[in-house]
Amino acid sequence: MSADGVDLKKRRSLTLATSAVGAVGAGFVIYPFLAAWAPSEKAKAAGAPVEADIGKLEPGQLMRVKWRGKPVWVVHRTEQNLQDLPTLDGVLLDPASDDAGQQPDYCKNATRSVKGKYLIAVGICTHLGCSPTYRPEVAPEDLGAEWKGGFFCPCHGSRFDLAGRVYAGVPAPKNLEIPPYQYLSETKILVGADGGAA
Amino acid sequence: MSMMKSAVEWIDTRYPMTKVWNEHLAQYYAPKNFNFWYLMGSLAMLVLVIQVLTGVWLAMSYKPDSELAFGSVEYIMRDVDWGWLIRYMHSTGASAFFVLIYLHMFRGLMYGSYRKPRELLWIIGVIIYLAMMATAFFGYLLPWGQMSFWGAQVIVNLFSAVPVIGPDLGVWVRGDYVISDATLNRFFALHFLLPFVLAALVFIHIIALHKVGSNNPDGVEIKKGPKGNRWSDSAPADGIPFHPYYSVKDIVGVAGFLFLFAAAVFFAPEMGGYFIEHPNFEPANPLKTPPHIAPVWYFTPFYAILRAVPSIAGSAFPGVVAMFASILVMFFLPWLDRSPVKSIRYKGLLYKVLLFLFVIDFIVLGYLGTQATTDLYKLMAQIGTIYYFAFFLLMPIYSKMDKTKPVPERVTE
Amino acid sequence: MNKLIFALLLALAPMLGLAAGGGAHLDDAGIDLGDQASLQRGAKYFMNYCLSCHSAKFQRYNRMGKDLGLTDEEVINSLMFTTDKIGDTMNIAMTEAKATEWFGSPPPDLSVISRARGVDWIYTYLRSFYLDDKRPFGVNNIVFPDVAMPHVLWELQGAQKAVFKLEKGSSGKDVEVFDHFEPVTQGTLSAEEYDQVARDLTAFLSYIGEPIQMERKRLGVWVLLFIAVFFVLAYMLKKEYWKDIH
Repeated sequence: MSADGVDLKKRRSLTLATSAVGAVGAGFVIYPFLAAWAPSEKAKAAGAPVEADIGKLEPGQLMRVKWRGKPVWVVHRTEQNLQDLPTLDGVLLDPASDDAGQQPDYCKNATRSVKGKYLIAVGICTHLGCSPTYRPEVAPEDLGAEWKGGFFCPCHGSRFDLAGRVYAGVPAPKNLEIPPYQYLSETKILVGADGGAA
Repeated sequence: MSMMKSAVEWIDTRYPMTKVWNEHLAQYYAPKNFNFWYLMGSLAMLVLVIQVLTGVWLAMSYKPDSELAFGSVEYIMRDVDWGWLIRYMHSTGASAFFVLIYLHMFRGLMYGSYRKPRELLWIIGVIIYLAMMATAFFGYLLPWGQMSFWGAQVIVNLFSAVPVIGPDLGVWVRGDYVISDATLNRFFALHFLLPFVLAALVFIHIIALHKVGSNNPDGVEIKKGPKGNRWSDSAPADGIPFHPYYSVKDIVGVAGFLFLFAAAVFFAPEMGGYFIEHPNFEPANPLKTPPHIAPVWYFTPFYAILRAVPSIAGSAFPGVVAMFASILVMFFLPWLDRSPVKSIRYKGLLYKVLLFLFVIDFIVLGYLGTQATTDLYKLMAQIGTIYYFAFFLLMPIYSKMDKTKPVPERVTE
Repeated sequence: MNKLIFALLLALAPMLGLAAGGGAHLDDAGIDLGDQASLQRGAKYFMNYCLSCHSAKFQRYNRMGKDLGLTDEEVINSLMFTTDKIGDTMNIAMTEAKATEWFGSPPPDLSVISRARGVDWIYTYLRSFYLDDKRPFGVNNIVFPDVAMPHVLWELQGAQKAVFKLEKGSSGKDVEVFDHFEPVTQGTLSAEEYDQVARDLTAFLSYIGEPIQMERKRLGVWVLLFIAVFFVLAYMLKKEYWKDIH
């Protein structure tokens, strides 16, 4: 009944071992609770790849496809639009699409697309999540003489060109996101899955 | 280390952290002779935490809507990552909570933990038990299966048996003429609220416990015994600091409990129809009563009492009164026991036999509550009901007759 | 004290039989959820014979494919008849109103039927249809008297009639009790082959009743082992500290 006989070293190591195993156990218990916040199977099913028929899209037109509850734009770019793209490189933040997180590898090119003619992009501003407005007209009064067509975010005035590239000096920090997609045929695309190929 | 120390000081001048730690753990002296039965309280608190945590998580995916409720439970079971585990922890936890509380209450009966000066402690405990039963009852409707629906239907109709105001009372509780969407929604709100009331009651229960000090298997008041132990000259000689001695012991209990709990969650979550009843896998159908309705196991002893009492003039009210009385009688226990000793260790054979029979009686009533009534079962339930009440109401007589043994001065090892 | 606990356990023992309940005798389903081939066959029968009237509206096709060892393509090509989206649940086109018109009551959703009825019940049910002129579809069922469902698998099993015998009931009167079946017409399968079909279907229904059940038990073993290790450590820690007391 005295403290003298106490093996403090053993006590400490046993306390440490029990606490360590207990902490690992607590980690195991916490994990399912965190994982339960991930999108459920239902959400994943609703977020499955969607098909879109782009055959009837006229040059200069934009159509919206809903994928994972978000608007995905398909823009049929004109020849003029495509020629204008490189001329803007100087006023853009990330003209060469170096930020790898904003597009699949196969869209890291001058037009940020699989086939230059069609731009497929997630229509959500990379600033705070508004959906920018499609402004295809050249040099409108409110956007200035330099405007070659693109997207303008009404929330905080961010500007993007017709490849979804962000202008320098606007609130948005990144280019618009290009979702994974593939062509099922000449006029049909599948948004949300690239089939593992470019 | 000095950083730590100054941080503690900084807090202590603003909040009694060290003081609370010492008063309730490091310098709270509990009798040194606690046995297995003294683990149940801590374990029940652990289960309360499990229930609140899993319950809040379930509420994130559950829909309290009669059209969606059943499907949302299956959604949790299938589509939500790990939802099945969280749900099974919750459903198993409900039963585990009652197992522990019944063992905790039985401990009180054995060792006379309700006797002076712990009357109020016991009464708070009975209130906790009532709050638990209410929580469980509200929660059982939520899966919106056949048993949920018809179980709630039967219980709510008990209110309708109250003379004069009964029918209106039933409609008021349901918010409709049958168990319906309105009922489900309010039960969900109450099921979410009550656990926090429960937590507050548990807090009060512990404050009361630490005021009077823990009882022990010998029923000896260590505070009245000699003073002075190796930690303090003024502390009871037979007391040991709760921390670290009982905290490490409780951890062993926690590990043992979690082993059984996990075994149930992973290998027998339905527990053969006791924890999750089979008819609850059919969505609630107001047009079709299942062939046999039985409440979940933890309610069945009281359900058996309800059914055992014959109706008078076509009114089921006497049964309802008996059922509520069977729970309320527990409040009076501290004054019914007139034995000169607290613990069963020093009580005579008479009390030991009567308590043993009471436990058997409670289990048999519980079994009868799960079964369809037959003449034989009804008779058994009636005998069981009479014994149940006799155990309490005759206690002033037999506890005095009982031949007790002398109680030692100090706790035994 | 230990004697008391032991006596309590003894008193509890007879109650464990509760879940079984009364009713007709049920045959042991003898399913094996580890047998993927059986589950795959069961899925095929389910899609072909059940899923036109019964839904399984909580079960997703892609989840089934993953759990049964099938690729999405295999599921789409050979098991999906009512939708083309792999993430969909197993729904049917028949509305409740139409179903009530045809059968008198809507066929129940089968997602969790195995948990409501039990696998032995389903296995026995599938094998217990017999000819009965009094019923609208000409068949009745021993374990589900006056069932509204026709015998969908009759081509496989063939028709059978039920033979009853008289027994003294509890009230003292003679009551008809089912004794055995006698085949009337030959089905395309032998009796053993048909039993296997019923078993495969039962296994599949058990699987969709709780898709996680196999995984749950696998995981449970590790959880228990972990807790056991923790228990040993905690016990040693307690022993060490309690040297002060004892």
